[in-house]
Amino acid sequence: MLEALEGSQAIARAVTLCRPGVVAAYPITPQTHIVENISKLVADGRLNTELVSVESEFSAASVVLGAAVAGSRAYTASSSQGIMLMAEVLYNISGLRVPMVMTCANRAVGAPLNIWNDQQDSMAVRDSGWIQLYAADNQEAVDSTIQAYRISEATELPVMVCMDGFVLTHTLEPVDIPDAAVVDEYLPDYTFSRTLDSANPISLGTLVGPDHFSEIRHSHHQAMIRSQDAIIDADKEWAKRVERSCGGLLTVEGPPDAKVAILAIGSAVGTLREAMDVYPQRRKVKLIKLRCFRPFPHEALREACDGLSDLVVLERAFSPGAGGIIGSEVRASLVARGGRQPKVHSFAIGLGGRDIPLETLPRVMEAIKEPSDEDFAIFDVELDRLPAEDR
Amino acid sequence: MIEIRIHGRGGQGNVVAAYVLAATAFNDGRYCQAFPAFGAERRGAPVVAFVRISERPILRRSTVKQPHYLIIQDEHLLQDAKLCDGLRPGGGVLVNSTKNSDEVSELYGKPMVALPATAMALDIIGRAVPNVPLLSAFLALTEMLPHEALNKALAERFKGKVLDGNLELVRQAAAAMSPGLWKETTVARSA
Repeated sequence: MLEALEGSQAIARAVTLCRPGVVAAYPITPQTHIVENISKLVADGRLNTELVSVESEFSAASVVLGAAVAGSRAYTASSSQGIMLMAEVLYNISGLRVPMVMTCANRAVGAPLNIWNDQQDSMAVRDSGWIQLYAADNQEAVDSTIQAYRISEATELPVMVCMDGFVLTHTLEPVDIPDAAVVDEYLPDYTFSRTLDSANPISLGTLVGPDHFSEIRHSHHQAMIRSQDAIIDADKEWAKRVERSCGGLLTVEGPPDAKVAILAIGSAVGTLREAMDVYPQRRKVKLIKLRCFRPFPHEALREACDGLSDLVVLERAFSPGAGGIIGSEVRASLVARGGRQPKVHSFAIGLGGRDIPLETLPRVMEAIKEPSDEDFAIFDVELDRLPAEDR
Repeated sequence: MIEIRIHGRGGQGNVVAAYVLAATAFNDGRYCQAFPAFGAERRGAPVVAFVRISERPILRRSTVKQPHYLIIQDEHLLQDAKLCDGLRPGGGVLVNSTKNSDEVSELYGKPMVALPATAMALDIIGRAVPNVPLLSAFLALTEMLPHEALNKALAERFKGKVLDGNLELVRQAAAAMSPGLWKETTVARSA
């Protein structure tokens, strides 16, 4: 049923529909309202789960890891420094190939201390071996959370659903909360092939030496690559039931013959979508909405970029001293294909909560007209506020 | 699409005001979006929240820089001369003040409608929370959304005595306004 809900409220409702046996989380802005709402649903008797109060994000991740291997569907959520503190356990969860779903309410990582939205936190754990799906709006965040359990339990890979902090978590907008019966039918009961059972004892997390480590890592890599099929399938199967899609790995919108495309991720997509109408461009422009960042959808990206002369990558994080994270990966992916490739313009936007106005589109289109040797730039930096050597 | 910016101070129910107004629009069958611009999270600090109401799905998520309407929950915030920046021509300003509309309009140099919302809230619910009377006044001035939709949004959020008090505030604040004063502005018509 369509309801006007705050993003965090909607996520708590989606988690409820997935019937986790254990939830453990430690509050951190802007994730807090998700945990508060889950706690309220438990207190109201609407969610029957073991809600574990913990003293840190490290413990939250450890509790859900234990719960999942003991045979419970589990959920956690965090942001920013909380993700940093979880990082060690995140690698354990994925390396042990344990099904798990968590929400990252995306926030900048300090220092400087900043509670507002960018995506540096989830990008910082991009190599942890978790699947990462990015939501463009709260409906996608809800649908992706439900899909994530299906993907995770089918692949035995953990899934991080990333939603922009404040911009989505604290925005009230209409969201369809699906019927419990639809979710129950879509999501089979929790299964894990290596559930700990004292009647049939096995060990998880043993020491793996040089003889086997490379093979296990290779398997993890292959499982991640293969999971693209599960991600596409989970979205298709969900779409059959609710008549809407999150866009699989990525989607392309706009005139098919456009030679310029803008690739964006997360909540910036809506603003850019409207900007296409408000600021019609002389050159036709496509919009590529990247939903799945891990696994990196090389094939789908190459197909989406076929025939382009210019590709603008806008992202809410970067690697200091290197440049755009998605921008660099997109470049590498297109170069690996060989042949004629678009010029890739890589920009970071909306860092630490900076507004992304509609005018971003015309200003970016203007910026790429200038010939530039720069591989990357933070868009809209007011250079005159900086010391001369930093300009 | 109508864009509204709500200015207030932490503790005045600024974010709740934005959520309730958006939920009111939703209850009337519109698309809506409401979100806060969080700053320092403490009582008394100036805070801003945004509301968008439209007949079509709302795509943009940028902050509201050119509002059709401003709702000011603390009159003293108007001492910042930039507070009303970006207000669209023909747009309306509703301010919580014990002065009358002529007085605030002259004092701050632009047409404004005043409502003693804090005094009303103190009188009826015993708390200095001006948001609900201001929302009711806003609906009365624009006639953009019916008061029943507001009452429903309040009933979804409050219950018992608090709800009753707020419903009474809705009645009194609506009665204190010239109904439809802002209805003929171009912006209200495009809602």
